[in-house]
Amino acid sequence: MKHQIRNLSDTAVMAKRCLLLSKRNPDTFFASILLPALMMLLFVSLFGNLITVEGTSYANYIVPGVLLQCIGQCSSTTAIMLNKDITSGIIRRFCTLPVRNSSVLNGHILEAFVRNLVTSSVVLLVAVPAGFRPSASLTGWCVVFLLLASTILAMSWLAILTGVAANSAEGASALSSLAIILPYLSSGFVPAETLPAILQPFAKYQPMTPIIDTMRNALLGKPLEMHTFLPAVSWCAVLTALFCTASLVLFRKRLKRE
Amino acid sequence: MSRSNYAISVSALKKSYHEKEVLKNVSFSVPPGTIYALLGSNGAGKTTTIRILTTQILADSGNAAVAGYDVMRDPEKVREAISLTGQFSAVDEALTGKENLIIMGRLRHIPAPEKTADELLEAFGLTASAEKTAALYSGGMKRKLDIAMSLIGNPRVIFLDEPTTGLDPQSRRSMWEIIRTLKESGVTIFLTTQYLEEAEQLADQIAILDRGILIAEGTADELKSGLAHGAARFLFEDAETRKRAAALLPYCRCSFDPEESGLTVFTDGTADALARIFHTLYQNRIRICHFSEITPDLEDVFFTMITKKEEHNETPNQKSL
Repeated sequence: MKHQIRNLSDTAVMAKRCLLLSKRNPDTFFASILLPALMMLLFVSLFGNLITVEGTSYANYIVPGVLLQCIGQCSSTTAIMLNKDITSGIIRRFCTLPVRNSSVLNGHILEAFVRNLVTSSVVLLVAVPAGFRPSASLTGWCVVFLLLASTILAMSWLAILTGVAANSAEGASALSSLAIILPYLSSGFVPAETLPAILQPFAKYQPMTPIIDTMRNALLGKPLEMHTFLPAVSWCAVLTALFCTASLVLFRKRLKRE
Repeated sequence: MSRSNYAISVSALKKSYHEKEVLKNVSFSVPPGTIYALLGSNGAGKTTTIRILTTQILADSGNAAVAGYDVMRDPEKVREAISLTGQFSAVDEALTGKENLIIMGRLRHIPAPEKTADELLEAFGLTASAEKTAALYSGGMKRKLDIAMSLIGNPRVIFLDEPTTGLDPQSRRSMWEIIRTLKESGVTIFLTTQYLEEAEQLADQIAILDRGILIAEGTADELKSGLAHGAARFLFEDAETRKRAAALLPYCRCSFDPEESGLTVFTDGTADALARIFHTLYQNRIRICHFSEITPDLEDVFFTMITKKEEHNETPNQKSL
């Protein structure tokens, strides 16, 4: 029990450190809001009249996809930050303290979580002038939050894994391109059925599609559909577990090598 | 003194990376309250030794205990008792000096991190820069902050991995002062260095590590007394001539100087010995560009020992000089 409290407090200190570091480097914060927000405005103004989607406006349609882009972009900051910790040698100092290795990683996750919630809220607010009109019920908002939280967790662990595995910060930043592209290959910006036939199977079965579909339904005030909700939540849970385990294993290996 | 009375005790330590033996059977012990210097060139195994002692990596075999705890069985206890200052300053450059110290204090679970931070800033003369981000610090200031961070939580054994590498001469002197002051407070200091002068200035005991083997251990004076009483340094026209000269002096211990054509020859300190050397060289028409008589210093110990080993390694069938 005493150990657990100590681990929690170590995690909190590490998270505070990371928050302070990102506060001193506001460029990345703005980049992770600015890019998705600009995309949102561009898409709505360029294609808003061309693309008609069933039952709602285009602005309403693309908000979940933009949110996922934003989370991906924001998480790649964590990959870079952790990679810098490792390559600069400060991680060696942390790992010779009476602090568990997992507390170091959890600190990064906690910071990524807080930062992601802030940027996601900003993106939601920016979407309003672009024409975003949510009609979600309270339960709907809870579903949205739950999905956001699970996606953030999965993406953050992917970022940790990338940061641990990459040889340099430049390598770690490759995650952000993946995060920008993947939502396009889903139901995020156009209905999956309108994608080229060769991409359709990927778009249909990749984790972002059920997450986006469930989130969109909830935001539009439609009833919760289990056939998208369950895959969405399971994908997040499985990916989180996978990335988390892989990160811890690789992290230990990397510490021995560095 | 029993094993647990030593601040650090290491026996038969071995470590290989990808079949390359980095440490081959290293043993030594460090009494509490002393400064122990591990001296060696790059790639000798200094950092590997520190990493094993600070619980970052496991040795392949052998034993190592720090502050009475086994580094492999009780890493948590060891971490409570030690601190590490690595080869490169490990500070968050985007944070201020004070913030760096406070975070370290929280991670060490000390009661009043802010107060301790202020005290350390004061002690290291960094109070004026406390609120500046560490990115604006000079190399010497960063190193000071680095050491200050490692003192939080009153560690009993302090590991310094090449504490003055990359510092200007003035910062190096002030780092030496800091290390001496630390010793007075009763902690044990284990440092690695490439600089003989540094080891001689600071350490109570010096060990010379060369390619994974401790080739000598003792106080600076002890190491020096193992040497001949006198030495002469010759400078020849080229490396080829130097080689010929060394071959003509099989009765003397010679060491090749790092510069191209220099040779140090150790003697018993008498004028006769010098006369004999000059005679041999003259008879064989070897031109001496420059000559000086010297008193052997630690650097000579270092080079003689390393050279001896090299010769031994490269020509195992030939008797070394």
